[in-house]
This record gives sequence, structure tokens and C-alpha cells, in this order.
Amino acid sequence: MNIRNQKDFGAGIMYMVIGLFFTFLALQYQMGTPAKMGPGYFPFWLGILMTALGLLILVKSLSAKAAIEKIPKFDWKIIGMITGSVVLYGILLPTMGFIIAIAVLVFMSASASHEFHWKGTLVNAIVLIVFTYSVFVLGLKLQFPLLPFFLQQ
Amino acid sequence: MDLFANLALGFDTAFTLQNLLYCLIGCVLGTLIGVLPGLGPIATIAMLLPATYALPPIAALIMLAGIYYGSQYGGSTTAILLNIPGETSSVVTAIDGYQMARNGRAGVALFTAGMGSFFAGCVATLVLAAFAAPLSQLAFKFGPAEYFSLMVLGLIGAVVLASGSLVKAIGMIVLGLLMGLIGTDVNSGVSRYAFDIPELSDGIGFVAVAMGVFGFAEIMTNLEKKGEDEGFLNKMTTMIPTKQDVKRMIPSILRGTAIGSILGILPGGGAALAAFGAYSVEKKSSKYSHEFGKGAIEGVAGPESANNAAAQTSFIPLLTLGIPPNAVMALMVGAMTIHNIQPGPQVMTSNPALFWGLIASMWIGNMMLIILNLPLIGMWVQLLKIPYRFMYPAILVFCCIGVYTVNNTVFDVYVTAAFGLIGYLFYKLGCEPPPLLLGFILGPMMEENFRRALLLSRGDFTTFLTRPLSLGLLIAAALLVVIVALPAVKATREAAFVEE
Repeated sequence: MNIRNQKDFGAGIMYMVIGLFFTFLALQYQMGTPAKMGPGYFPFWLGILMTALGLLILVKSLSAKAAIEKIPKFDWKIIGMITGSVVLYGILLPTMGFIIAIAVLVFMSASASHEFHWKGTLVNAIVLIVFTYSVFVLGLKLQFPLLPFFLQQ
Repeated sequence: MDLFANLALGFDTAFTLQNLLYCLIGCVLGTLIGVLPGLGPIATIAMLLPATYALPPIAALIMLAGIYYGSQYGGSTTAILLNIPGETSSVVTAIDGYQMARNGRAGVALFTAGMGSFFAGCVATLVLAAFAAPLSQLAFKFGPAEYFSLMVLGLIGAVVLASGSLVKAIGMIVLGLLMGLIGTDVNSGVSRYAFDIPELSDGIGFVAVAMGVFGFAEIMTNLEKKGEDEGFLNKMTTMIPTKQDVKRMIPSILRGTAIGSILGILPGGGAALAAFGAYSVEKKSSKYSHEFGKGAIEGVAGPESANNAAAQTSFIPLLTLGIPPNAVMALMVGAMTIHNIQPGPQVMTSNPALFWGLIASMWIGNMMLIILNLPLIGMWVQLLKIPYRFMYPAILVFCCIGVYTVNNTVFDVYVTAAFGLIGYLFYKLGCEPPPLLLGFILGPMMEENFRRALLLSRGDFTTFLTRPLSLGLLIAAALLVVIVALPAVKATREAAFVEE
């Protein structure tokens, strides 16, 4: 079998998986009748619709008339660095405070670029911390844990 | 007359020093971020939304409206100067605008875009003020069946704006609707798809979805394009158009304004459709049609007027029916809900100062944009010289702070990270996220009205077809699908998106 349109093939699979997931979980909730719908009714049929759309895209992607399209390569280093830096920010913010969390976020995310340079990044981090601190903390008075837990009173 | 009394009330509200200031800040910030390549109005509003939490509701909405216009204008600026449209509605501006810039007429193109937008904004504000009251009367005739059908029409309309396959875009809508259902079901109190995670019982935060899919995913895909970082800048010359330019752009601006005002009102219409429409009208009707694609001034004046007029009138369905016609308006709904305002026909009667103040501030925002941008264009251009390697960590920082402040919980930060990954996958598979965001916002509303309509009809599905208003809306939705699927339309639609 020849998959002509890989992008659509992938999208079709994704839609079907998501559709089936929502449909099967909807079975746990009460269905009810059209006149008195339970919480499961609407998501169940939407899930079926989603699965059907996925199947349609999948079938079309295999047809001889489909445009030839490849799924572009995933750059795992960039994905890991960017997503990782955000997750790390989430972990660090409550314990280590605003300043450290942002510094880590800037450094880790910046290192994903092929033009990374630590000096420039340091300046960028300082500028961003000063700017966000004055705008969000001093200016808008939003509440953040600012310092690491061991320095807090 | 009522119209003028209402507008007077609006200007009274908007012309306080505080509100003018927020309008100004919104325009400046919106332009500042909108000018950055790859950041359109959706990302800009999502990013700046948290900055408005601390404000009183009127000031917050006025500032958001300013951000919206600012970012749209910023998007046109990058389209003309760098051939990088910030959003779909400035895609067509880039075609002729960038060619004008390459001919050394960047200044004239920016001036034309600014004047066109301003004129269109003035007219559309009047249209908005004139039609808002009668339309909201109509809104009171809407039952749940009509609301459901209108939402179907709106969602189908959103598909027209997606560039890729129609079926894939419809799939994204359905996915958005499904995601919107996560959380507690209002009718039965049953928690759906929440997996006993307490943070999910209120549903997924739309700011987290928007920032993840539009902000983070964008950064990851941009980083992959190594080497094409710094765009090259064309030298700027005079901004003053010649007599010939003025003579050519005026009719285009008028036509663009008319097209934009009408298409903006239709749910799902919005700015991008208006810009495409205006461009093809200009190309067909101009006697300089051979110049199109090589820097015809009509190709900038028409679409720019149209997209600004549509941006304005697309507030009509939001303010009168409470239904967001596009993803930007969906974000505005989110912003209103955060400030405890339920968008819909009741806003006009229960909170007239807010309603008319917002309309008046749109006009003020447009005026500020022209005053601000004409002298400041040089400065925005400087901003484009900041290398991307400094810019994207800053974008991440603003998103992370912003999403945390919505509920003061890091859970939302993780959700955003997850949606960044999902958005990246969408990009790789060629699935476009804007319809998803619209579906996400409409999901709960749609289910609610669907259930109520069938409750009233005792389970009879024909209720959607026997009520004339509802039937009309569904027919319109079906027509849209047919039109988009027509071979001729399909071809131009694809051609128009090739630029992206």
C-alpha cells in the first residue's frame, strides 16, 4: 500500500483516535433521550462525527489522486528545549520564585536557537526580568512568589 | 435621534483621561507586538490579555480593542515591509504592498494602508452604531434553535478562512467543540473528561489553549527555519502619495470599505474574507489590472480598507448576539467573561455606557493609530531588526507570566506547554488551528442551545428546519460549503494562500 499524502494520513489517524477516545468515554456518562439529553449525548455524537471525518481524510489520502505530501521532520531538540523550559518554569515558580524561574526559562529556551550565545542571553534575561518585574509586579500589582523559599520571610 | 444620543453617551465614556490613556496604551502595545513577524492579532491579544485583568471592565475592553486594531495595523506593516503577513487578513496586502516596497514606495504603501484603514474604521463605526440596536432587537426573537443554527453558520464560515483541505478544517472545528466540553456539565453537574483532576473541572483555560497553539507552537516551527532569521529591509522613502496615487486609491478605499462592512457582519466572515473579496474586486474592476502583483496601489488600498471595516463590524454579532464570529472575537468573549460581562443583547440595555463606550473607543482607537503610526513607522521598522534569538525567549516569558496570572496556578502553565506540543503536531500535519479556537469557545454554548432546542421540541429534530429563521441560517451554511467546494472558488482560494 502506498500512502500518497502522509500529512493527511497522519491527520486522519489523529482525528480518528481523538474521536474514538471521546466517543468511548462518553459511554460512561448518561445518554438520555433527544428530548432529555444526558451529559453523554452531545459528546458521543460529536465523537462519532470526528471519527467519521478522520476516516474520510484517511481514505482520501490513500487515493491515487491525492497530492504527494510528506510529513516534515520533527526537531526533537527544539521541542524538548522549549517545552522543557516552560515546564521547568512551572516547577520552579512556586518554590524558587519569579526571578530564578524566568532566568532559567530564558536561558534554557534561548539555547534551542542555533545562534545561542550566553553573553547576549544574559543581557536579554536581565532586561526581561527588570521589565517584567516593573510592569507586572510593581505596575499591575500581580501576586507572584518572588524569592526562593529559603529567602522568604 | 437615538443614534446620536447613544454615540454621545459613548464618547462621554470613552473621553475620560483614563480611558483615552488605556486606548493609547492598547494601540501602542498592539502595534509593538503585531509588528513582530509571525505574531498576528490572536497571539497578541492572548499575550496581552492578562495585562488588562487589573483594570475596570470598560477600560479593559477599550484597551483590548486598541490592542486589536494596533496588532492588525502592525501585521499590515510587516506584510508591506517584509512580505511576512502577521495574519490571514493581511496576506493579500503583502502581494502588492511588498512589491511597492521593493520599488522604493514602502512609505506610500504604508500611508495608503493607514488612510484606508482610518476611513474604513470611521464608516464601520457608524454602521456598527446604526445596526447594533435593531440587530439586538432581532436577537430577542432568537430561540435556542436559531442560536444553534447561527453557530453552525459561524463555524462553517470559519472554515472558509482555512487554507488547506475543507474536511480537515471541519475536523478542527469538531475537535475544538469536543475540547470545549471538558469540565463540569452545567445541566447535570457531571464532570466530563476531567479524569478527577480538580483543575480540569472548570474546563481547560482558553488562554492556555490560545497561547500554546499560537504562541509556543509558532516559536518551535520558526526555530526550525534556520538561517532565514533577519529579513532584509527595503529603504524607506517619502510617505506622501502623488496626485495620481490619490486619484487611484480613493475609489478602492470606498469599495473596500463597503465590502468589508458587509462581510464583517456575517458570522464567520471577518477580516480575512473581506480582504480576499476586496482584492479580487479591485483586480477585476481596475483599469490597471496588469499592474496587480507588481505593486498596484489599489491592491493595498482595497484590502486594507476592507479588513479594517470588517474588523470593526465583526463586533456586531458579538455585541448583539453574544456569538463570536471569528477567533479574535472568541478571545474577546473570554476577556468579557473574565470581567463578568456576559456578551449578548442584554449588554446594550443593562450596561449602555460600556456598550457605547466601546464603540466610541473603536473610533478613537482608529484615530490614534493614524496619529501614532504615521510618524512612528520608522521606529516600528527598527524593532524588526531585533534578532529572533532575543525575541522568542521574551515571547515565552510574557506567555508564561500571562498564563500563570489567569488563575494563579502553575497547572495552566503545564496545559499551555502541552498545547504547544499539540499545536506543533497540527502544524506538521497541516491542520490549521484558528477554527479549533472558535469551536472551543462555542462548544459549551452550542451544546446548551442544542439541548434546549430539543427539549422545547420534545426531541423532534425537525425543529431546526421548521423554524424559518433557523432554516435560513442552515441553508446559508450549506451554501457556504457548496461555494467553497466549487472548483473555480477552490482554485482562487488556493492561489490566494500560496503566499503563506
